[in-house]
Amino acid sequence: MKPFAYGKPATTAEAVLAVAAEPSAMFLAGGTNLVDHLKLGVARPDRLVDVTGLMSTEIRDDEGGLVIGAGVRNSDLAADQRVREQYPVLAEALLSGASPQLRNMATVGGNPLQRTRCVYFQDVTTPCNKRSPGSGCSALGGYTRHHAILGASDQCVATHPSDMAVAMAMLDARVHVIGPSGERTLPFTDLHRLPGEHPERDTVLEHGELITDITLPATAWSRRSAYRKVRDRASYAFALVSVAVGLSISDGVIEEIRIAFGGVAHKPWRAERAEQVLRGARPSDESFRAAADAELADATALDGLDGGNAFKIPLAARTLTAVLRDLTAEERDR
Amino acid sequence: MRPGETETRPETAGAVRTIALRVDGTAHRLTVDSRRTLLDLLREQIGDYSAKKGCDHGQCGACTVLLDGRRVLSCLTLALSCDGTEVTTAAGLAKDGELHALQQSFVDHDGFQCGYCTPGQICSAAGLLTEFGDGAPSHVTKPVADTPQWTDEEISERMSGNLCRCGAYAGIVAAVREAGEQR
Ligand SMILES: Cc1cc2nc3c(=O)[nH]c(=O)nc-3n(C[C@H](O)[C@H](O)[C@H](O)COP(=O)(O)OP(=O)(O)OC[C@H]3O[C@@H](n4cnc5c(N)ncnc54)[C@H](O)[C@@H]3O)c2cc1C
Ligand code: SF4
Ligand code: FES
Ligand code: FES
Repeated sequence: MKPFAYGKPATTAEAVLAVAAEPSAMFLAGGTNLVDHLKLGVARPDRLVDVTGLMSTEIRDDEGGLVIGAGVRNSDLAADQRVREQYPVLAEALLSGASPQLRNMATVGGNPLQRTRCVYFQDVTTPCNKRSPGSGCSALGGYTRHHAILGASDQCVATHPSDMAVAMAMLDARVHVIGPSGERTLPFTDLHRLPGEHPERDTVLEHGELITDITLPATAWSRRSAYRKVRDRASYAFALVSVAVGLSISDGVIEEIRIAFGGVAHKPWRAERAEQVLRGARPSDESFRAAADAELADATALDGLDGGNAFKIPLAARTLTAVLRDLTAEERDR
Repeated sequence: MRPGETETRPETAGAVRTIALRVDGTAHRLTVDSRRTLLDLLREQIGDYSAKKGCDHGQCGACTVLLDGRRVLSCLTLALSCDGTEVTTAAGLAKDGELHALQQSFVDHDGFQCGYCTPGQICSAAGLLTEFGDGAPSHVTKPVADTPQWTDEEISERMSGNLCRCGAYAGIVAAVREAGEQR
């Protein structure tokens, strides 16, 4: 591990200045991704600015919704009774991620900014455009079981690993940021980028921008919501495919609906085409299949040494259908 | 300083700094490199070999300790960030020469073979009992808003962050179940 300076500033303003002043400085939160990357040589900062003591650890009611401090631990967010009742999808997503120890460490600010688990990204001896732009992508022609079927570019086919982020994208969450040029708020769905020509940039945040809170709106459809994660073992594994859905039903038809996929793209994938098919539709296996087909029409499978990832397209469709069936068990046309 | 409080202090230019922390009831003041993890601090600077190094990357749970009462992975925790904290290892759970209920039930139920993962398993189980006592849900709590039930399925899921290469899982679940029921 390369030597680095370490500081624990007293205010967020100082923390922002400290990172902004040095091109390679980084914020340290729970450390569950960053410390791993320091060991692997994937991250090589000259300075770590520890923000754990100064980020808000509060979950507060706001206009019927919730404001969640960036310092809230994933385990505490999942255990919050308001989250469990009003946003079950979020509690379920958090509880499906990592392990209890890691969730006790991981923070709401750090979780969406964890980097891809692409094995080539984590192995500094292999070419990777995300780690070192222009060097090539080792996943193409390599192992692609965990790679993207939507939104990838010829530069990078990595997926975003966060479960929490899929729920946040589905819930229309908003992200509050403080940076060198002031504060701003952005929709959670705008936080992450598709790889395009710049796979090295995971998000739209500028260097030195610090997430301070994430806000959840008060809605009816968030109460009837669920997260389903498909993975290679029953626990403590990243998603092959995951689905977050929230919906409301009125007079036998779907009134409002939000859908997001995980494990399929470089960012949490808001499935707006599928939402459009289902809004106003009667819940039935036919409408669910039509929605999945609409969303996955452009999905592209990758070849790979491990047989590739073509299985993910039907898996995503079936997982979506299964969650929709569960959430509409009472009203569904049979 | 009490657990949970963090002293903020100005940056030092170098990569080395002095921290104070308590490990299994003993106070330590140590000069620490910024690259040091809590796991390496325990094993190499303090000489406390209870927490084990398995993967060193957050994937096995062998290094689990209680930090201010909560289970965490010491291999992914930087030592400097532990200034002012209270660390408990599996060895520190014994009091006055008496085994902790979890230690005793691991012995009674064959909760180990080689024993390498055991200190991490026991710290993790101690964290589990607190979390369960607080009513925190897990991935298998259905619906998630309900109070979790004390079942083997819940115990297994809550212990899933600790891998055992010997496959002593059946004994581990039985040990945790009994210690939980004694509480
Ligand atoms: C073995 C293993 C299994 C895992 N399994 C899963 C899983 O199944 N699902 C899942 O979702 N996750 C999983 N994780 C990942 C884990 O959830 C993340 O590492 C964690 O959420 C990151 O949060 P942190 O607070 O530890 O961030 P850190 O590691 O401290 O930081 C991560 C990044 O965010 C930046 N950062 C941190 N806080 C802020 C802030 N407030 N503002 C701006 N930048 C910030 C840091 O500079 C760094 O770049 C797993 C991790 C491990 C090691
Ligand atoms: S998929 Fe992306 S992260 Fe993985 S090797 Fe290719 S460029 Fe790197
Ligand atoms: S040594 Fe820390 S999790 Fe494996
Ligand atoms: S007892 Fe040997 S690794 Fe668990």
